[in-house]
Amino acid sequence: MAWRKFLDATRADTARRRREDRVEEEPAPGPAPAADDTLQLYFLCAHPSLTPSSAVALTLRAVGGLTTRQIAQAYLVPEATMAQRISRAKRTVAKVRFDQPGDVATVLRVLYLVFNEGYSGDVDLAAEAIRLTRQLARAIDHPEVSGLLALMLIHHARRAARTAPDGSLVPLAEQDRGRWDTTLISEGIAILQAALARDRLGEFQAQAAIAALHADAQTAGETDWVQIVEWYDELTRLTDSPVVRLNRAVAVGEADGPRAGLAALAKVDAALPRHTAVAAYLHERDGDLTKAARLYAEAAHQAPNLAERDHLTRQAARLNARTR
Amino acid sequence: MAKYLLLKHYRGAPAAVNDVPMDQWTPEEISAHLQYMNDFAARLEKTGEFVDSQALSPEGTFVRYDGEGRPPVTDGPFAETKDVIAGWMVIDVDSYERAVELAGELSAAPGAGGKPIHEWLELRPFYGASPTISDSECLFK
Repeated sequence: MAWRKFLDATRADTARRRREDRVEEEPAPGPAPAADDTLQLYFLCAHPSLTPSSAVALTLRAVGGLTTRQIAQAYLVPEATMAQRISRAKRTVAKVRFDQPGDVATVLRVLYLVFNEGYSGDVDLAAEAIRLTRQLARAIDHPEVSGLLALMLIHHARRAARTAPDGSLVPLAEQDRGRWDTTLISEGIAILQAALARDRLGEFQAQAAIAALHADAQTAGETDWVQIVEWYDELTRLTDSPVVRLNRAVAVGEADGPRAGLAALAKVDAALPRHTAVAAYLHERDGDLTKAARLYAEAAHQAPNLAERDHLTRQAARLNARTR
Repeated sequence: MAKYLLLKHYRGAPAAVNDVPMDQWTPEEISAHLQYMNDFAARLEKTGEFVDSQALSPEGTFVRYDGEGRPPVTDGPFAETKDVIAGWMVIDVDSYERAVELAGELSAAPGAGGKPIHEWLELRPFYGASPTISDSECLFK
């Protein structure tokens, strides 16, 4: 409860001060001298001249110290392909001259990509992303680095609860919260708290705050959806991303009821991935099971990965079984 | 050893015996089906016959070159396209008979009512490597 109040107060303060502080929000260039080399390597591997897949590969190779074979296995490509991707990336950044300070945001995007790939094969990319973000946090003092680290830790804490023994997805509301790793959650929240106190809000801190609010609820029913919607509003102001607005519609549906959620969803581009899945969920909450079942089946058809496809097909099957 | 491609079709294969769309199964039947598929792949890894398995999203796009300096033309998906691949498994086995046996087992995956789907899978042999010592030496070497 205390944590929720703290977040709420922080958000209010930040909202009040955000506009006048806009210019000072960017960190002062010039990292701590002792960590210069490490930091320079992060900047180089995430250089804007690289494509995201090259930046990810180079970061894992040069900063993370993984072997080319491990990286190839993790991304399910032949080792020779990965070797070429890495050596091309090295050639690209060999021409880079550091006459300007590097951009932390590019590094964070690369680490976020690594974390989000989850894991396959022997290399645990999520754990590797956390390790690299921890190391970055030691090399540079920046609230968004802390925000990303907190976000990763809190999501990682839920990993064991996120999949059933048969490999199927378990949605947040149905997860066994007793299986969440409370040590990781506490660490993530402490890091986030320190970052937010510095009053330089960014998108990763806002995302971490939302994750922290979920982590704070003992049961799904105790989730503070009203505050989550407010953090999504912050996030919309920071990024104005359609994905954020899609997720916000879900939160609005929980805070103000499914009709309000559907109204929020109506303002989001229908071509966006998972739009149909969100519509199905909100229609189910609204009691229109037939429509929800049809939308779940349609969403399964458009699903971006097998786990989601199977999950959505199951949702359609569950509702079809109830309406028969 | 010879490699075979087992192709599963969303559309284009003759109708299965137990032909019910998956969203009309019970959630338990879906779980049983997915478990069977996972177990099948895991067993072939153990026997040393598994090579690869991938699933495809149902909707794709047709693309063709449209001349120098012009962006490629994209079109589709076409409703009239008869054949839509859902996914594949590549196996490396000792004989055609073994490949047929395995395809039969995969086709027996449980579906609606917990009964085998009996779906049609397409079995396609890969072109092998040109052998060093050939039976038809006079013809090709």
